[in-house]
Amino acid sequence: MEVLTLSRIQFAVATYFHFLFVPLTLGLSVLTAIMQTVWYRTGDEDYRRMTRFWGKLFLINFAIGVVTGLTLEFQFGTNWSRYSAYVGDIFGSLLAIEATVAFFLESTFIAVWFFGWNRVSKKVHLLSIWLVAVASNLSAFWILAANAWMQHPVGYTVNGGRAELQNFVAVVTQRYALFQFAHTVSGAFVLAGFFVAGISAWHLLRRHEVALFTRSFTLGITFALIFSLFEVFQGHLNAALVSELQPVKLAAMEAHWETQAGAPIYLVQWPDEAGERNRVQLLGIPPILSFLAYSSADATVRGLREWPADERPPVLPVFLAFRAMVGLGVLFIALSAFGFWKRKRLTDYRWYLRAMVLAIPLPYVANELGWTVAELGRQPWIVYGLMRTRDAVSPLAPGQVLTTLVGFILVYGLLGAVDVYLLAKYARRGPAAE
Amino acid sequence: MLETIWFALWGVLWAVYFVLDGFDLGLGSLMPVVAKGERDRRVVVNAMGPFWDGNEVWLITAGGVTFAAFPRVYAVMFSSLYTPLMLLLFALILRGISFEFRGKVDSPGWRAVWDATLVIGSFLPALLLGVAFANIFKGLPLDAQGILQGNLLTLLNPYGLLGGVLFVLLFLVHGAIWLAIKSDGALQGRARRTASLLWPVLAVAAVAFLVASWFVTPLYANYLRMPLLWVLPLMAVAGLVLTRVFLAAGSDWQAWFASAAAILGATWFGVAGLYPALLPSSLDPANSLTAFNAASSPLTLKIMLGVALCMVPIVIAYQAWVYVTFRAPIAFDKKGEPAY
Repeated sequence: MEVLTLSRIQFAVATYFHFLFVPLTLGLSVLTAIMQTVWYRTGDEDYRRMTRFWGKLFLINFAIGVVTGLTLEFQFGTNWSRYSAYVGDIFGSLLAIEATVAFFLESTFIAVWFFGWNRVSKKVHLLSIWLVAVASNLSAFWILAANAWMQHPVGYTVNGGRAELQNFVAVVTQRYALFQFAHTVSGAFVLAGFFVAGISAWHLLRRHEVALFTRSFTLGITFALIFSLFEVFQGHLNAALVSELQPVKLAAMEAHWETQAGAPIYLVQWPDEAGERNRVQLLGIPPILSFLAYSSADATVRGLREWPADERPPVLPVFLAFRAMVGLGVLFIALSAFGFWKRKRLTDYRWYLRAMVLAIPLPYVANELGWTVAELGRQPWIVYGLMRTRDAVSPLAPGQVLTTLVGFILVYGLLGAVDVYLLAKYARRGPAAE
Repeated sequence: MLETIWFALWGVLWAVYFVLDGFDLGLGSLMPVVAKGERDRRVVVNAMGPFWDGNEVWLITAGGVTFAAFPRVYAVMFSSLYTPLMLLLFALILRGISFEFRGKVDSPGWRAVWDATLVIGSFLPALLLGVAFANIFKGLPLDAQGILQGNLLTLLNPYGLLGGVLFVLLFLVHGAIWLAIKSDGALQGRARRTASLLWPVLAVAAVAFLVASWFVTPLYANYLRMPLLWVLPLMAVAGLVLTRVFLAAGSDWQAWFASAAAILGATWFGVAGLYPALLPSSLDPANSLTAFNAASSPLTLKIMLGVALCMVPIVIAYQAWVYVTFRAPIAFDKKGEPAY
């Protein structure tokens, strides 16, 4: 295999793996902070135990998120050096700002929180978990602003063979960055809500600490409901933005080949990339696609055939990932709405509690599918319209990348297995008696 | 001017990283030597517990700033040193999770696994960073495209290895002193003895490095041009001497600050000698990447400077507060758990 393919696989492995841990960090930090705030305000012992219990799971997850994040920063330089040299002026500065403004805060105060139970005042201790929650989400903003710039580069000029910053404010306030931040963070909050609700459901099924886990469940499910509803509205805005700024990605998401006014959405579809058409295309509802993309029933939606084949993303995976993500999003609303409605009599609905335990992995899948749409849908570009992925790769020997790729698969496999084992162990054990 | 300021900041960030994470890396490597039994190992791990993660962010910031201020340096440094940097990365991954995992299952076998990864994950970065920076001081065989004409063995030349040994020894002494601060009784005694025993070896390595640099590297050219710079190697030497003096007096904190000064001085000795190059080419000076031919646009440098001048003092302030808050030696509570 060539260096480009190996480097792309390695980046995909590192990113997918990293993003198994990030969303829970973003969401569970906020949930833990809320629990601790309730304890601080009311002195209710249950909330102190909840803070301890969920905080422990948070920490197990947090450590892997941190160490795997390191890989991503390294890889831009090691595997994508031409990209780094070309965009460092803009992209690099966003990463550097993220470290200075957010990551220091997060990494320093997580330790204050973990080690500080008896060392700092209650108020400072509460403040430290909020600083972790705010800093981790702030960190997400800078990273997503950097990614948004790859999706829709703004505020730059090309000078001396590289992209140079021209308008910093434009880069960090562009709609793509703000939308992607809203979309990613609410996806993370849905994941954390389902994580808390799902583990609580497991304990409720065993009638273990019913009062404490009903409270945990209610908090988790409320969070999940709010943000899965928000995600649908926001997701719609996001798709409309993609159709405006990355029309070829939208066409791939919908497997939409022919430019068409009043374009329908087909409920059943299977794209045939070689034939540049859909093999199956049933149950079309006109003119939903035009309406969703451009808020107008007779708007024209450009089809994939308008672009030469080497400027299109791979259609099938982008299309499937998008469909599955949207389907899961709808399922999350249904599951969380039902749980919220029945939150006072949860133990009467054992089938639902069982379903919620099984649903724990689903938001993880949805988050990864979202990144698949975003990143694979941007191909063949690494910076949309500006630099192709194949021009971005480092001048390495295939053997070098193959060796590290195998290393990542082994080490990450080990980390993942240990993490799941530890999370399951501590999740089942429940809160300490104390 | 902006380029020069960023060159200096680049040197400062790396040096601060070496001082702060240096004691973690050194102490992690020393654990099997100084810790006798589980209680000692817990003291060692907890001596680093509240600090290592915040310390590691200085590396991420140093890397991020290289990316932002000198994108071509970042690109060439990370791709041409692919294998050593990937080893560094794997080591740091293992080190980080060792802290988190070792206490999570109550079994000696489990802890032994994560103790081993902690030792490897601490020792390798110390060695690799030393080898990498010594090779940068010496100049890398970079061609006009910024591609390294060589392999891992090219980097393992005598001067590169000497740099690796020097870094390892600096960090070992620094880490042993930190353990003396954070422990008491027999363990504290062993920590102090270890630092004192390693010191002469470190002194020999440091002198050898300063002398070898004269013959192998172009670093001294700047010193001949600008004698004021001699302050930096002098700082390293004075730091080393004072480390010995304070160790003998049993003043652990003072010894720690002295060894911190030695690390700062040693790093800046090299960085100041490099200026204006960040990655000198040993093949042709025209291939060297410097603060001027590799810098970002003035706008980016200005914005980044604003962020750095605002945020870095704040970061230093709250990290210093954390050090003060958790400065006490590790004690054990009634249940036998290490407690802060």
